Amino acid sequence: MANLTQKIVPVLGGKLSITVNISGSGPPIFFCHSAGGFYWDDFLENLSKDYTIYAPYFPGTAPGKPDEIEQLEHLWDAVLAYDDAIEGLGLEQPIIMGHSFGGMLAAEIAAHRKKQTRKLILIAPIGLWKEEASYTVANWCALSFPEIKEVLFHDQSCPRVIKRMARPEEGTEEQALWDRDFIWTIGCTAKLIWPIPDKGLCKRIHRISAKSLIIWGENDKLISPSYANDFEQSIADSQVFTLPLCGHEPPLEQTEKLEVAVRNFLSD
Amino acid sequence: MKIACFHLMPYRDLQSDFDKKYNSAWFTLPFEDVADRAMVSKYYNWTLDELIHAAHSGFDGVCTNEHHQNAYGFMVNPNMMGSVLARATRGTDTAIIQMGETAVFLNPPIRVAEEYAMLDSISEGRLVAGFPVGLGGDYAYSYGMAPMEQRGRYREAHDLILKAWKSDKPFAWNGKYYQLPMVNIWPKPSQEPHPPIWVPGNASPSTWDFVIEHDYSYCYLTYFGAKGAKHMVDGYWDKVEEAGKDKNPYRMTYLIPVGVSETDEQAEKEYGPHIEYFYHKLLHMPEQLLLPPGHMTHSSLTHVLTKRPFPAYDEFNDMGFKEFNERDYLVTGSAATVTAKLKEIIKDLNVGHLLLLPQFGSMSHDKAMENISRISEGVLPHLKGIWDDEGWEDKWWPKGQVGVSQTKEEAA
Repeated sequence: MANLTQKIVPVLGGKLSITVNISGSGPPIFFCHSAGGFYWDDFLENLSKDYTIYAPYFPGTAPGKPDEIEQLEHLWDAVLAYDDAIEGLGLEQPIIMGHSFGGMLAAEIAAHRKKQTRKLILIAPIGLWKEEASYTVANWCALSFPEIKEVLFHDQSCPRVIKRMARPEEGTEEQALWDRDFIWTIGCTAKLIWPIPDKGLCKRIHRISAKSLIIWGENDKLISPSYANDFEQSIADSQVFTLPLCGHEPPLEQTEKLEVAVRNFLSD
Repeated sequence: MKIACFHLMPYRDLQSDFDKKYNSAWFTLPFEDVADRAMVSKYYNWTLDELIHAAHSGFDGVCTNEHHQNAYGFMVNPNMMGSVLARATRGTDTAIIQMGETAVFLNPPIRVAEEYAMLDSISEGRLVAGFPVGLGGDYAYSYGMAPMEQRGRYREAHDLILKAWKSDKPFAWNGKYYQLPMVNIWPKPSQEPHPPIWVPGNASPSTWDFVIEHDYSYCYLTYFGAKGAKHMVDGYWDKVEEAGKDKNPYRMTYLIPVGVSETDEQAEKEYGPHIEYFYHKLLHMPEQLLLPPGHMTHSSLTHVLTKRPFPAYDEFNDMGFKEFNERDYLVTGSAATVTAKLKEIIKDLNVGHLLLLPQFGSMSHDKAMENISRISEGVLPHLKGIWDDEGWEDKWWPKGQVGVSQTKEEAA
């Protein structure tokens, strides 16, 4: 486990402070986590050997700070808060990377920051929408825990998946608090994207000028892998990398292959 | 003591294996798969007939409510029902209790201010204005709004509606959720400055604080029985006392299904299948559909998950009529038995307004009409005077009465 440090960065004119997890050394990667919340996985751990990872908690999801979500009313508040955070961290031209919900944020940030984004990495991002491959936030909010696991992963028996989704013993207070954090985190991210995460990225995505990598698991049951092509067609300098035997969680399900793809892209 | 007849307007004839085929009676249940359009017409008319029958046979009020996309109760616009009821009970002092049109489901929410004002006018001042926060699933899944914004919208909609009723001049509203350039509603309610306000809830302390702060009446709408309610209701009364307010029982309203039989022994046969249909079929719903992520505040979510003050809905499936009856989830038996049990509940919970649910689950129209008659004849006369000797004023009952509706000229 890496030695994670945290930095509190004031944003939005001091109305909000973002808690940023930091680890590693090397060029900066600003990483936006998924709707499931911040989780320091092996993918980030391995990448942090050669890059400095800056991974903010989405407001409201940092431990002990649930009320911070009240400062965000719209998606634009979040984009500007993250833009402020990047400046506050002193990152002039970071690599922006995001997964799922965080992928949408990463794309919005890159569309906003244009030349101030070195490269962009989108892992199964939400944010575009088409009727023939429709999905809604309710699709994952209305699921039971076993159903969520079924939809998220290609293979639930993968050890990293088991570790990530390990729920404390049934009936214990630990489990109640684990459930509380899980539900609250999804609720916080859902606030900005309910009920359908089509919040105008399609009107801004053409602004992305950074070289971009779009990664998708071939067996993603939550968001159709067909969206990879839509992102590729919308971003001028982009390429798609698909992962076989992989669902919506490449960092857990295909950790090593994902890392190789990202390293190759970044060193290119 | 005031006693009103509540109705959910359920789908009464779901197939017996419906809960095996579908994971919920709410939100995702396809109408065309399980419902018959002709039967639905009958249900709405039966519901109105049952409520009108209750009004004419001794109930003090009739009560409607709002839910969406479900078989449990699909009175999607309670004000349409309330309007029919107001006209059908003209010339009586029956309260029209709307529990209620849900402001956060509408945009702009002054639609509620307008429609309640219309209803109060049609009923000549007999309206009780219910202000529900609204079911989280209705708000998020049926009406597509972010769960985390529901309570903020509710507070703002409430403030806007109250100002719309009270203001004597047009005003601009620049809120967090709503912006209106010239609020100037027509009509204003018949009751001045506005109808009495009741707030339904499910034992959320934040709702208690809101009710007490504004001096409204709290309606505890629970399906977990009067025995389980005691602890919750005591929490409300403690807060009332802490706020330095009196223990006027009319600050409290309580809902319960009731079935009256000729004898206690006949109750199970007459009402058992209907209450089991209610709990097993109509409340068939996964918890995450009831409470979308973000609907509850962080502190309420922590409380509910760590303390589990209510059983999970799927536990109902392990229970039958006997358990429901023993836990006072409903009250059944002879008129004498029902009267005694309701007296006990009224005193125990310190309740001034009682909402009885005489039609529940799969109960037929004829059975519901008979039950209403039995309650009216055998129960209500013995309950109505319960609080009379204590001298409490019911500040939360509408002012309109037979013969007092008059124009300004008549008043002069």
